[in-house]
Amino acid sequence: MAAIPERVHLTYLVNGEEVPVSFAPYKTLLEVLREDLNLTGTKHGCELGECGACAVLIDGEPKLSCLTLALECGGRSIQTVEGLAQGTTLHPLQAAFADHGGSQCGYCTPGMLMTAKALLDGNPNVSREQIKQAISGNLCRCTGYQQIVDAIESAAAEMRGARK
Amino acid sequence: MSAQEKRFDVVGKNRRRVDGRAKATGQTQFADDLVLPRMLHCKMLRSPHPHAVIEEILTAKAAKHPGVHLVLTGKDFPVPFGIMPVSLDEHALAPERVRYVGDPIAAVVAKDEQTAAEALELIEVKFRVLPTISSPQEALQNPEPRIHDYGEQGNIHRNQSYEFGDVEEALAASDHVFEDTFFFEGNTHLAMEQQASLAAVEGDGKLLLTTSTQNPHYLHRQLSRVLQMPAAHIRVIAAPNGGGFGGKCDPANHEMVVAKAALVLGRPVKICLTREEVFYQHRGRHPVLMKFRTGVTKDGKLTAMHLQTLLDGGGYGSHGPASTFYTGVLTPVTYELPRFKFEACRTFTNKPPCGPKRGHGTPQPRFGQEVQLDKIAEKLKLDPAELRLNMVTKRDSLTASWLRIGSTGLAECIRQVVARSDWKSRYDKLPFGRGLGLACSAYMCGAGVSIYWNKMPHSAVQLLLDRSGQVTVFCGATELGQGSDDVLATIVAEVLGIDTGLVRCVTGDTGITPIDLGSYSSRVTIMMGNAALQAAERVRETMAEAASESLGIPPDRVVFSQGRVFAAEDPGKGMSFVEAIALAEAKSGTLSTVGSYSPPKAPGKYKGAGVGPSPAYSFSACVVETEVDPRTGWITVPKIWIAHDIGRALNPVLARGQVIGGIYMGLGEALMEEQVFRRLPPKLSGALVHRMPSMLEYKSLTSLDMPEVDVALIEDPDPNCPFGAKEVGQGPLLPVMPAVANAIYDAVGVRIDEVPITPDKVLRALELKNAGKNPRIGPEQFPSVPYPKPIFVLPPGEGGDGGELKSPEDKPERKKVAA
Repeated sequence: MAAIPERVHLTYLVNGEEVPVSFAPYKTLLEVLREDLNLTGTKHGCELGECGACAVLIDGEPKLSCLTLALECGGRSIQTVEGLAQGTTLHPLQAAFADHGGSQCGYCTPGMLMTAKALLDGNPNVSREQIKQAISGNLCRCTGYQQIVDAIESAAAEMRGARK
Repeated sequence: MSAQEKRFDVVGKNRRRVDGRAKATGQTQFADDLVLPRMLHCKMLRSPHPHAVIEEILTAKAAKHPGVHLVLTGKDFPVPFGIMPVSLDEHALAPERVRYVGDPIAAVVAKDEQTAAEALELIEVKFRVLPTISSPQEALQNPEPRIHDYGEQGNIHRNQSYEFGDVEEALAASDHVFEDTFFFEGNTHLAMEQQASLAAVEGDGKLLLTTSTQNPHYLHRQLSRVLQMPAAHIRVIAAPNGGGFGGKCDPANHEMVVAKAALVLGRPVKICLTREEVFYQHRGRHPVLMKFRTGVTKDGKLTAMHLQTLLDGGGYGSHGPASTFYTGVLTPVTYELPRFKFEACRTFTNKPPCGPKRGHGTPQPRFGQEVQLDKIAEKLKLDPAELRLNMVTKRDSLTASWLRIGSTGLAECIRQVVARSDWKSRYDKLPFGRGLGLACSAYMCGAGVSIYWNKMPHSAVQLLLDRSGQVTVFCGATELGQGSDDVLATIVAEVLGIDTGLVRCVTGDTGITPIDLGSYSSRVTIMMGNAALQAAERVRETMAEAASESLGIPPDRVVFSQGRVFAAEDPGKGMSFVEAIALAEAKSGTLSTVGSYSPPKAPGKYKGAGVGPSPAYSFSACVVETEVDPRTGWITVPKIWIAHDIGRALNPVLARGQVIGGIYMGLGEALMEEQVFRRLPPKLSGALVHRMPSMLEYKSLTSLDMPEVDVALIEDPDPNCPFGAKEVGQGPLLPVMPAVANAIYDAVGVRIDEVPITPDKVLRALELKNAGKNPRIGPEQFPSVPYPKPIFVLPPGEGGDGGELKSPEDKPERKKVAA
């Protein structure tokens, strides 16, 4: 049996930028993002795939980074909360979360934002029920979800306007 | 327009919170996001036994494991600690005894978490297992083995009794006496952030601990005690908390451990608890068994209440002495209650310690009281809303227990939810399977007395302005997500007539911010807010004097609004806010003021009168609609209406967010959240273990379970509160659980007298109903508790002075006050 290497070397496309990474092979994508790339915007609430706080987009799809082996992500596009804003201009979802009370403690916010982004990138013409369905795997203990849904609905309206 | 009469610039406007942008960009740095050069990582070894003596700990193998820098055990922490001065019963690492599964025993500090975890496996601990106490009933039956060698007796931690007026006499004279027992299961905070702490010795040789804490001040004091270091050599920074809900109030073992390790090693040491460990840390809602004996007149007025509570405290004291009081002291605040007897007992058990969770000790008796009122209304054939409306406490009145009510909007809250839910045409009229339930509640706006006795302010604020136009406000208050920084900025901005974006908040740092006692008891808006108001008014006065000279008008005719400082009678005559600062700085020197706040003295004088008084009380009324499937017992909640008496909403977006968040947490407690334990079979040690130390097994509401919430904010400004603003963080949770229970009764005619109300219980009750039996699920009896002889206090209406009657002869003869 071949020896397990101490570290592996891969390249990710992180928020549109090619990034070489080197990490111990047992690490999850969550750990590599936070510990090796210093992208601490992505949070963890359980590290067991139960809470959704660590959601990021892998090739545009929302994935739980705590259940994704970092080894599997070579050459893939990874989007995190750090890549949402354009320079200092907030993404419509970010602005809406800030304005509508979508964040209280803010700990679930990055995971919520990325999950919502995947939803609206696919189709900004969504109902409240579709929004609730999309974020039903992301737990929030502060808001009771209502203002999060309000925020996503408001951002969706803005994004629909921008597409016209 | 006078300077005092100007319209609000900031208060009452929907605004983006001051920390909203950082949260939406992921830039808010929580404790586990922090990294320092040369940082090491810590993991703790926890007890697999609920109750055992530690006979031996062998750490040599772990210490020699490559990459390990330090192993700590109980002998490194000889000094105990605890949040309450009367319950200093915890050690950072257990020295000789473990009291629950998860009690920390040893800690390893290593180059990374993986190495630390490997080394934990190499620590050998020899335990002598002791019998375990799993419930308050067992604790009462088994005084031995004692879980702690302090407390009232056996395994009773706290035991108390108060009687305000002769309750038995009043019950005997009542038209009806209702006797009901209820049980409220324990549950936990489940904040999204797992607690993390980073300790470092700074360049000046002093200790810095950055940590997930709601109460950096109390932690600071306890660190000084445990580490035996002067407090002035320790700095605690409360990192922005990823939710608290009471779970980060207690000073925690892991905080002491990393602080000690950093001091020993001279290197930064970080720990982040796993989710499983967060369940062990707990300090959540106490399971409480309750018995209410309540007298009423035939037209639905309360005559007296005898309330008995029995709390399951878990393995340590935590906030227990306060929690015990809170299972009764706020009960008389909502409705007129001429006489009140309250007996409470907290026992130790071999489970994770219970402590404060949102509502601290009051949701349990609130559940019982409001469900019992529903039964009373039914028996007296009164509408439950009318019954309550006819007996709400009056503004500025005193309760039988000598609490001063202050402002109250409860009647308006009831009217609002009744109107908005179309209660009158729908309650008791919906088809079988659908129902409405109503409940009310009250909560305090800050505890009137500090956790440790002192005469110093409860909150202090320092304000610094300079010619650049920046306004920096320093305060020890901590941000948990509830919006305390936004409240602070709002109050300063309103007084100075500027945008909140100009105010920089520096908070929760014992090294540089004046002391605020912490984010608990819904105290921040009122106490920090009043301190901020004083500091801001002082600096405005200095600026108004300088501006008045330049404008040639009296200082009291200077208005601060919309970023300008101008003459009240001629708004065109004025200057920018920045120019006004420069004038004042030239005239008076550096512009810095302080403000502080101490709550008013409470009217009660008896021993124990310090728990319950508050500068103001908030009130809530709630209507819940339910749909119950009689085949499965499944409960759906399509809509909730809530009206909350907030005094004034400083930022309505945030206020509504707090209300909906409170409803959410209450609904979770009503329907599913429970922290329960099971005993392993004897061949597997017989230990008590969590049934569910994970987020998957501990059920909480998702976005799909959460109903639409209709929120009405009732604004009747309270004179004791800044701009009249009362609390909103805890109160709105309280009426949800009983409103759900009452709605289920309206829907299918069964009484579930315990929380959570799960489909299996509804189904069992429906089976009882179909069998012609009492359709009720709940505790059958209340055990015999050896409560002490009550402290007897005459209520204000009966000529008392707020003090205890020392001798029995002082107690009025029954015939004199007989109804």
